[in-house]
Amino acid sequence: MNPVEPVRDHESAGVRGSRVATGYGDGAAGSPGARAAVPPEESGGEPLLDVRGLRIGYRAARGTRLAVDGLDLKVAAGEITAVVGESGSGKSSTAHALVGLLPAGGVVLGGSVRLQGEELTGLGERAWREVRGRRIGLIPQDPGVSLDPVKPVGAQVAEVLRVHGLATRRDAPARAVGLLAEAGLPDPDQRASQYPHELSGGMRQRVLIAIATAARPRLLVADEPTSALDVTVQRQLLDHLQEVVTTTGTAMLLVTHDLAVVADRAQHVVVMSQGRVVEAGPAGRVLADPRHPYTRELLADAPTLAARPPRGRPGTAGSAPVTVPGPASADAAPLLRVTGLTRAFPVRGPVLSRRRTRTAVDGVGFELGRGETLGVVGESGSGKSTTARMILGLERVDSGTVLLDGVDVTTVRGAARRALHRRIQLVYQNPYASLNPRFTVGELLTEPLRNHGIGSRAEWGGEVRRLLDDVALPAGVERRKAAELSGGQRQRVAIARALALGPEVLVCDEPVSALDVSVQARILELLVGLQERHGLSYLFISHDLAVVAQVSDRIAVMRGGRIVESGPAAELLRAPQHPYTQQLLAAVPGRSTTEDTPCR
Amino acid sequence: MTTPSPLPVEPAEEPARLHRVFRVPLRSPGVTLSVLVLVLVLGWALVPDWFSSRSPLTGLPADRFQPPSSHHFFGTDHMGRDIYARVVHGAALSLRATALAILIALGGGVILGLVAGFFGSWADAVIMRAVEVTMSVPPLLLSLTLVTALGVGTGQIAVAIGATSVAAFTRVMRAEVLRVRAAPYVEAAILCGARWWRILPRYILPSAFGPVLALAALDFGLVVLAVSSLGFLGYGEPPPAPEWGSLVADGRNYLATAWWLTTLPSLTVAVVVLAANRLSRVFEAEGGHR
Amino acid sequence: MHTALYAATRTLRAVFVVWAAFTLTFVALRLLPGDPVALMLSGRGGFAELTAQQVAQARTELGLDRPLIVQYGSALADALHGDLGASLQTGQPVSRMIADALLPTFQVGTLALLLALMLGTLLGVAANLTASPLLRQLLRSLPSVAVSLPSFWVGLVLIQFLSFRWHLFPSLGDSGFDSVILPACTMAIPGAALVAQVLGKSLHTTLQEPYADTVRATGAGRVRLLFGHGLRNAAIPAATVAGMLVGSLIGGAVVVETVFSRPGMGRITQSAVSAQDLPVVQGVVVVAALAFAVVNLLIDLLYPVLDPRIRATGRLVTT
Repeated sequence: MNPVEPVRDHESAGVRGSRVATGYGDGAAGSPGARAAVPPEESGGEPLLDVRGLRIGYRAARGTRLAVDGLDLKVAAGEITAVVGESGSGKSSTAHALVGLLPAGGVVLGGSVRLQGEELTGLGERAWREVRGRRIGLIPQDPGVSLDPVKPVGAQVAEVLRVHGLATRRDAPARAVGLLAEAGLPDPDQRASQYPHELSGGMRQRVLIAIATAARPRLLVADEPTSALDVTVQRQLLDHLQEVVTTTGTAMLLVTHDLAVVADRAQHVVVMSQGRVVEAGPAGRVLADPRHPYTRELLADAPTLAARPPRGRPGTAGSAPVTVPGPASADAAPLLRVTGLTRAFPVRGPVLSRRRTRTAVDGVGFELGRGETLGVVGESGSGKSTTARMILGLERVDSGTVLLDGVDVTTVRGAARRALHRRIQLVYQNPYASLNPRFTVGELLTEPLRNHGIGSRAEWGGEVRRLLDDVALPAGVERRKAAELSGGQRQRVAIARALALGPEVLVCDEPVSALDVSVQARILELLVGLQERHGLSYLFISHDLAVVAQVSDRIAVMRGGRIVESGPAAELLRAPQHPYTQQLLAAVPGRSTTEDTPCR
Repeated sequence: MTTPSPLPVEPAEEPARLHRVFRVPLRSPGVTLSVLVLVLVLGWALVPDWFSSRSPLTGLPADRFQPPSSHHFFGTDHMGRDIYARVVHGAALSLRATALAILIALGGGVILGLVAGFFGSWADAVIMRAVEVTMSVPPLLLSLTLVTALGVGTGQIAVAIGATSVAAFTRVMRAEVLRVRAAPYVEAAILCGARWWRILPRYILPSAFGPVLALAALDFGLVVLAVSSLGFLGYGEPPPAPEWGSLVADGRNYLATAWWLTTLPSLTVAVVVLAANRLSRVFEAEGGHR
Repeated sequence: MHTALYAATRTLRAVFVVWAAFTLTFVALRLLPGDPVALMLSGRGGFAELTAQQVAQARTELGLDRPLIVQYGSALADALHGDLGASLQTGQPVSRMIADALLPTFQVGTLALLLALMLGTLLGVAANLTASPLLRQLLRSLPSVAVSLPSFWVGLVLIQFLSFRWHLFPSLGDSGFDSVILPACTMAIPGAALVAQVLGKSLHTTLQEPYADTVRATGAGRVRLLFGHGLRNAAIPAATVAGMLVGSLIGGAVVVETVFSRPGMGRITQSAVSAQDLPVVQGVVVVAALAFAVVNLLIDLLYPVLDPRIRATGRLVTT
């Protein structure tokens, strides 16, 4: 108790505003260089944040549902403690409870949360307001919606200083510009007067970091701070946060679903599952020697940058043809050949202004052999989804051709397009949106058969059971509606539906990015298995290089509507040629540990 | 501790939506009361004789201006007619007009909204311009214009009010159709080979209909108010028909001496509207999407 | 630049709407089953027997024998010059009648608008500011009760108590400011309820958005959050309802002026509809549409001030 006491006094004096006393707080005037000092008395010894036996519940009509059950964790100054878990593990509730902002119905049922020795549970609203922002800063999840859309970003940063009496009305704007500069926002002077919608996602997240750190809190709670951003941006922001922690001695609680992020940045890891801590310890130990089966599974399921082991493939770039399991084998010509595919969209600019267009896909060309998987990687806006939609005839093609078995299918309409969809099908990203919520699984799976007049009503039942069996869903599922299934089960149904017409090509547009890591791994295994059984060809689209690497024979990297590099998966991962590919590879979190992890 | 099975099965689905709608009354006394009020008024409209044995049209001159009592619940008017009997019998007129108006608004709105949203292009442009124009005239004035054109009477009032609300229903229906049409599951249906005559009834209509029905429920109270307002202004059935609004207008002349003549029929209208609005909020929350 | 373009398109739209309202009423009223000539003649001279010759003569006088499109053209041209035709009942020019009736209605309407906005905003804000759940429940249900009250009854109750029983205000007619208050209150009550409902709801919604949590996490209190962030965000959807409010006031004037036996636009409308006096009805609708369009234009021009996203693109953000 005693060693903590002086710190507490020291800090609360600052809170009252009479004396901004911490070494860190003194640097608040917007001079980034002035805040490097780490208060020595806190860098070791007592943890800054000490959570014991925390229990959080949500009040519902039928009693209280327990979201977090007995959480213990510690965060020390200058260190990052990561809370890792899948959706529903209670990690987000934990983050919100630490700032006293549980959503409606949420209550802390028990346990203690001590910040610098002071108990936070049971604080009144007024006392919480002194803690929030001043002693604990929150970096929220989605920068797109976490800033007030109708206020300039500079004013939003300045407000924090005003709330805690750290700046006067006059000097707050200038201090805000300093804080924005510190958070790494380019042109902070100019940006301060801009509105959130005028900034990119990464820039908005920097504004949110400036807000969270403005009053120099000793603890930062970051709730999935980068999961809504592209990998390259993600990396820059994580670097920045890590730097803040190490240079200022701030403690950080990093809540994430991404084990790879943890591996790179955190000193301690707490693994949560279904509201409980299943394993906790130093990051290095937990990752290298996971003791709990759940952690082990989570580690095994996390996509690594290991390429799919090379299989015999009918090479499309001159390699020797090899036999393929499946119907057509000795076929040298590619099943799908795409050349010069281009599509531009009108830009919704200001009313009456000159019409402009943005080229979403710009001369894309590739080939896909039978039984082969071509992975397409790109960040948001790279044109990968538009490419997929054009191949399926869902999007108009400005120029270029899509040849399926040598027949051009770019302009097919009506019956011809329906016929095309018997050979090439799509699996959507979001299985929650792509299945009609009113239909049972059985109805969903008979739709394609009924529409194409395949089989008789009597045969449909058997066909549905065969499809469900194919995607490893238990019998009886056909009577349930999509809403009654989990995300992974829904995606299995979506895959089964895509298979119902017996296609040769399956276009998978981000098929696992809406799913938890463990579910993701099962779906990828399913896709690989289906490919082997049915000799399917996959066009596999994802923003996640690690996921693509796991299933692809060849990889194409897209950026700004063009393919910047393509080649066999192993080769591309080992020796990327294009600078953008190198950047993407470097940005993949957890890369440092990948080398040590044995290939699955 | 539990290890995730390869097939995580989520907890059992919550009770179906319709079931939820009907469970709410049991929890909230306000909703229960609203249901009772509407059932009672519906009873008045369908079988008025069960609720009042007196005649709504004739009265005893000796019974003039009786204040409310156990004998005459709502009192009597200048001709000795029982106001309660007139309110009970007036329910049929007022509710019939309300129902007709909503049917017109719903029917017109659903068809126009569907055409505008599903077929788009010029049909959409024409319909939406017309909607914009009708919504640019204050609704009561638009109804009055139509009453001018159609003449006086409860049926005419209903048509006028219904036609005025078509625009709002069209807008909601169109927005819903566009929303559903853009849903990935509709595109997935196209990929599965479904043609538009299958997509329209099987996919778009059922999903788009919920919010439109919620709007109809919400509109119910407003239409009851509009019908009685037009009745009050004297555009309803000519006297002695006991339409609610015209009952109040008749009683206006005796405002200083016989308060019950205006207050009790008005209160009936207010309670019915209040009950309808309360229920429509339940529908909106539970029946509409999300 | 964008704002100027935005203003220009919105103004054009307002002009279009007024023109369309004129056309709409023209069409609706010409297509009606009754014969305006017979109506007019019977209106002026009692229910006299009309000879075919008299009718034909009257038709020629009114120009009703010309093709519909020509009639429409000349009516539109006249309207642009401020001539809305003559009343079938009295023969008076419609524009004169409206000009005379405009002032009393404007007085009541403006007062009612101010009352409705003030009262509605107060209620909507208070319902979101109070920490007591009981008070919040009460403040939330008050507007939904108020919108359920027929406005003719509200007026009658006010007369009954404030005029007859307590003699605070004159009950009927138009005699100075005192006589404006009760009608204005009657008109304001449903309007205030509408504003309170919409503002209350959109405040409630916006305070649950993620950005509000960001603000809370900085240590800001309820008051700062609501007045510094919530109100401005909530004002964007709530501003739309202010347009509806004016529409409901214009419609409400018909009922309220009838209840209080006040002269004004509402009274003209009421008697014109009863008598099927087409030119008067058309004139009233066009003037109302004009007022409505002007208010909506003002609100449209307010949006870019409220929402920087519109300033950037000149487009309403629809979410």
